[in-house]
Amino acid sequence: MIKINHVSKWYADVQVLKDCSTSVSRGEVVVVCGPSGSGKSTLIKCVNGLERFQKGNINVDGIEVNEKNTDLPKMRARIGMVFQHFELFPHLRVIQNLTLGQQVVLRRSASEADQKARNLLYRVDLLPHAMKYPGELSGGQQQRVAIARALAMDPICMLFDEPTSALDPEMISEVLDVMVALANDGMTMMVVTHEMGFARRVADRVIFMDRGEIVEDSSTGDFFDKPRSERAQHFLSKIFSH
Amino acid sequence: MVSNFDFAVIVRSLPYLFYEGMTFTLTLTALATAGGIVLGTLLAMMRLSELFLLPQISAVYVNLMRSLPLVLVIFWFYFLVPYIGQWLTGASRPIQVGAFMSCVVTFTLFEAAYFAEIMRAGFQSIPKGQVAAGYAIGLNYWQVMGWVVLPQAFRNMTPLLLTQTIILFQDTSLVYVLSITDFLGAASRVAQRDGRLVEMYLFAAMIYFVVSFILSSFVRRLQSRIAIVR
Repeated sequence: MIKINHVSKWYADVQVLKDCSTSVSRGEVVVVCGPSGSGKSTLIKCVNGLERFQKGNINVDGIEVNEKNTDLPKMRARIGMVFQHFELFPHLRVIQNLTLGQQVVLRRSASEADQKARNLLYRVDLLPHAMKYPGELSGGQQQRVAIARALAMDPICMLFDEPTSALDPEMISEVLDVMVALANDGMTMMVVTHEMGFARRVADRVIFMDRGEIVEDSSTGDFFDKPRSERAQHFLSKIFSH
Repeated sequence: MVSNFDFAVIVRSLPYLFYEGMTFTLTLTALATAGGIVLGTLLAMMRLSELFLLPQISAVYVNLMRSLPLVLVIFWFYFLVPYIGQWLTGASRPIQVGAFMSCVVTFTLFEAAYFAEIMRAGFQSIPKGQVAAGYAIGLNYWQVMGWVVLPQAFRNMTPLLLTQTIILFQDTSLVYVLSITDFLGAASRVAQRDGRLVEMYLFAAMIYFVVSFILSSFVRRLQSRIAIVR
């Protein structure tokens, strides 16, 4: 589904991604973790072309991301993305946040888009809030709306960029619950997160990044029980030391 | 001293002052504001784009307009617009556009520079993540602008845009250099004709103050009403 081959990226002289290669198969859940500044967010943003890269190539469901004549908007419409800071459209009601892309990009009728949006809001348990503005919701609720907004486009895979990092602790689980349900439904997911409990529960594979490199790419069990690299061992010992 | 004043002259000239003068002033203000905001928004988009040369062109235009006195630009365009028209249409004679059209063009082009700076601040007030979120659901550049960025930028900048409109409203009085009958021009004519300078200019000042004051308090009220909940 997602193939990342030898991707390198520079900001001016600083190399932020170094020869990264990995892949995500259909229905697979892959967690990307690593210390801050390791390039994991940058890598995931390369997948739907929000960030350009200078070397290598990424292929999503047969489409080359970095090729000149790729219709990026069309490709992005098929890839759902959830951001650290939710990025709901504050001037639109919750329901409009979910119908905008359906109507403008997918050209669905107003009633069809509305029906789809309501179904999804029901699924993330927020239907009563449909007519509110995002600013009236809590962080956890906003992030669930953001997930629903991405799902409204019927994506073939979902990218999560630290979806719980900006949340108060008591709201993290409500968002993770939605993500777990999504994973159990067979959605292909690439998740940048520090939530190791989530990784252990639903991830098929864990990718560990440090200083722009993919240091470790192994099955979830192997990653937690016998990490090969010293850097991953060090990272895990820090995370689980409390 | 006040007994020497003849305030009846104001009453007598009211129809002339408002039907002719104020109508011109308000029409010019409205047209130049609308045109200026549209052009200014495009200039701001150019300024912030990453396309070849567009930011530079926009910057040169905005900085040039902002460093020229308005009176000079009014003069300049009045004499120049007919020749530009001739050049654009390939006509054999300079195109006579009339003082009014010349003013609309001048004020639109001039005020666009100021509106551009306001809209640039408006665009920059929108978090980058909003643009990314727009792209992520499959919108293209114009759709992101139209559905995500512009509605928020306009809302954030409405008070400043209206404040600039108030300044524009006052600036329109500068058309006197073309001997056009705007509100001030009309008042001035009556004043000269009847020798009632103090009365007419006092009255004109009062009207400008009242209109600007009402608009300003409207802006203040609006400011608190339209703020986006974040």
